[in-house]
Parts: sequence; structure tokens; C-alpha cells
Amino acid sequence: MKLQCSTSQGAAPGEADDTSRQPVKFGILVSEGPYTHQASDTAYHFTAAALGSGHEIVRIFFYHDGVNNGTSLGVPPQDDRNITTRWRELAEKHNLDMVLCITAAQRRGLLDPDAAKRAGKDTSNMAQGFNISGLGQLIDAGIQADRLLVFGD
Amino acid sequence: MPQIKKFLYVNRKAPHGSIYALESLEVVLVGAAFDQDVSLAFIDDGVYQLMLNQNTNGIGVKNFSPTYRALSDYDINQIYVEKESLELRGLKQEDLLPLTWEDEDEDWAEKDSIQVVSSEELGDIIDKQDIIFNF
Repeated sequence: MKLQCSTSQGAAPGEADDTSRQPVKFGILVSEGPYTHQASDTAYHFTAAALGSGHEIVRIFFYHDGVNNGTSLGVPPQDDRNITTRWRELAEKHNLDMVLCITAAQRRGLLDPDAAKRAGKDTSNMAQGFNISGLGQLIDAGIQADRLLVFGD
Repeated sequence: MPQIKKFLYVNRKAPHGSIYALESLEVVLVGAAFDQDVSLAFIDDGVYQLMLNQNTNGIGVKNFSPTYRALSDYDINQIYVEKESLELRGLKQEDLLPLTWEDEDEDWAEKDSIQVVSSEELGDIIDKQDIIFNF
């Protein structure tokens, strides 16, 4: 399978006739947080390109420091990409299931309102478009997907 | 009953210094409930995860290495350690946890869970998997 590095829609030059390709179901695992590592950017570009080429994304699972992609409190400089917002917009457009691992998230202070309340915290910080769930969702993505791709360091 | 897939967890990093080894083990234990065909591979510094007699007192973090002994309770008994990674680090299989499992089909005979395999053999094993997690 040829992977494109561009997020542009449609076929790359020279691949215009490649329309007989079977759609592939991809599971995506993002293992690193935003900005420090390129993993989340690459996962985003891959996901956008795969969807643009007619493939299916069964789930995007955020694990290890990857859960930090789901913080609502990131304020990157205006001239930089906002990784969290970009994921959310892609998820909304394509109705994607984006899941933060609950254990990894709680360990790192990434809380949805329920978890914040249970832990007696005065705020939650999970961004819109993300869900918090268990590691079983990662295994389930592996079971459902034709391919599971790990974007890490 | 859906089709059973072959899951391989590839562990590449030292047990401490980063959280990958611990959080990989957490995925393995949760994943065990899904009745898939699970194997683990340890390569590069990942082979240190299976070292005998680990002691983390000096670094103030939990020593989770005893948990690997529980893997057989979860029917996880295909554990591959890359030979070249061991040799490069001056290690032998005797330096690793003596992980065993009991084979129900052979009158519960005790068998080694760990198989030391060459890089080439591991390549063949990886080739046969459906899903590979790389930690």
C-alpha cells in the first residue's frame, strides 16, 4: 500500500487510475503528546489522507502521553497549528471515534467532568470531540481493523 | 464468535526511564480478556524488562517485573526474546525471569514461556501477525 504524505484530497499524480482499491479499515494509536513529538501530526495527516482516499478509520486511540492531545487548555501561538482543535474538526467532519485511555489520562491529569468530580478536582480539561474509555477500546480497534497503525516515538 | 486475531506486543524500551514498558503491560493484561492469540516480543533495551532480581528502591518507582510471572495465568505463554539483543547486552536466558506455563494438553507439564529467537526468526513471527502494537 502506498502512503501519501499529503493531506490533499483525491489521488496523487500518477495514481489517478487507482480507483479499484478496496477500502481498508484502519485503527490508529497515538502514543505521544502534541508538539514535543511529530507522532500526533503524522497520525493526523495519515488519518486525513486515508479518509480522503475513501478508507475507514475505526477508532483513534490516544495512549501514554498521547492523551494530552485531548486537553482543552492548550493555547498554542496564533501562527501555529492547534493540534487538539484540528483533531476535533476532523472528528466532527467524519464522525470519528476519538478515545483517550482513562488510566493514562487520569495519571496525567487529563480529566472529563465525571472523573474530575469523582476525584474531587475543581476543573475538568477534556476537549470536545474526545471520549474517555478503557484500554479495551484499543484492543477492540485491533479486532475491528484490517490494520492498526502505531504513531509513536 | 468472531475470528481470533494474532496480536503481537513488541516491547523495545528499558523497564524504567520511561513509562512505555509499564503501560504496555497494562494493555497486555486488559487485552487478555478478549480471547485473542497473544504473543509478546522483547527486543533492543526491551529485553531488560524481563531481567531477574530487579530492584527499583534506588529510583523510587514501583518494581512491576513480578507481574510478568502472572502472564501465564492469562494464557499468555508465547514470549519471544531476540537473541541478538540479549547478546549485545551480555545477557543470557538465565538472566531473565524463569517464566513458565502449564500445558493442559500434556498433563500440565511445565514449559518455558520464553523462547529466545534470532532476529530472522522474529521477522517471520512478526510476518504472521494480524495486529502489532509497538511500545
